[in-house]
Amino acid sequence: MTRRGYRRLGGSWHKALMSSSGQPSATDAFTAGVVRCLPVGLGVLVYGLVFGALTAQKGLSLAEATSMSAIVFAGSAQFVALGLWTVPPPVLALALATFLINFRFFLMAATMDRVIGDWPRPRALLALFFVTDENWAVTMAEGERRHWGAFFLGTGVVVYASWLLATVLGYLIGSVVSDPRQWGFDFAFPAMFLALAVAIGRKAPAPLVWIASAVAALAADRWIGGSAPVLLGGLAGAGVAALRAGGRRAP
Amino acid sequence: MRPEVILAFLAMAAVSYGIRVAGYLVGTRIPNHPRLRAALAQLPAAILIALVVPMLAHAGPPEWIAAGVVAAAAWFVELLVVPLAIGVVAVVLLRAII
Repeated sequence: MTRRGYRRLGGSWHKALMSSSGQPSATDAFTAGVVRCLPVGLGVLVYGLVFGALTAQKGLSLAEATSMSAIVFAGSAQFVALGLWTVPPPVLALALATFLINFRFFLMAATMDRVIGDWPRPRALLALFFVTDENWAVTMAEGERRHWGAFFLGTGVVVYASWLLATVLGYLIGSVVSDPRQWGFDFAFPAMFLALAVAIGRKAPAPLVWIASAVAALAADRWIGGSAPVLLGGLAGAGVAALRAGGRRAP
Repeated sequence: MRPEVILAFLAMAAVSYGIRVAGYLVGTRIPNHPRLRAALAQLPAAILIALVVPMLAHAGPPEWIAAGVVAAAAWFVELLVVPLAIGVVAVVLLRAII
């Protein structure tokens, strides 16, 4: 939408977000994804600053720290990797830890067919790089919409840019935010996941699914750890939904 | 950049990305059965609950009360930044009090 086009539409931003056909275009959906994900990006930024500062303490060069965030792009696995860090790096242990921590992405990616399934396969596979807890959650809470895939890309770009920028800044300026707890930022992630769960739950209430998921996640957290709580909790909830779908129409 | 360091990152990256691709490909092959459709439809909510419940279990009363506040705020306000901001402020206050 050009500036002239914007004026022609009487300066209404709502109309300006519509293409000539009156439907939101892919670009508009992308922009909406960026905007919806901005508060989440702030939380990612805070944690990225801490991560960047830690990489400096562990003796990584700025180029190394930046390339880690750029190609691995998985916050919790990167933190754990720094915990395991030695020189030379224990490649097998790092790969195994990454597998255990990131296995939850398997379930999240399994829900992405509805979002990017209509894209050409190569593009869809490339876009999967952007599946992280935070922006996947924002995308799911948004619910089915036109150009859902473009919306998802918008959320992914925000999280990626925040994570990369914060890694560099954290490395350079050090631990300005050494303790996110002090500012309550440690609560940003549980609060965000909870708020998005409520947003989804309002639209499709399924208390039995939530209880099954919570119980399985707590048990897995206590006795297994890693990605197991998310994996088993997710599967338990989905299992209950499948069982209930048999008897009645509504899950 | 040390080659062994980059090799470690490439290994981590391959594992992370491989998991995402494997999950997606399995997701595209799920048959269109009512039960499986229902399971897939509820999967996002179940994953979110499974993410947040252990986090809260490791926390204490200030976080639990703040979580209640966040849930209430999210019920009435859909704009994510509102429950998020309320939650962060609430937890700072509650930690100071409790």
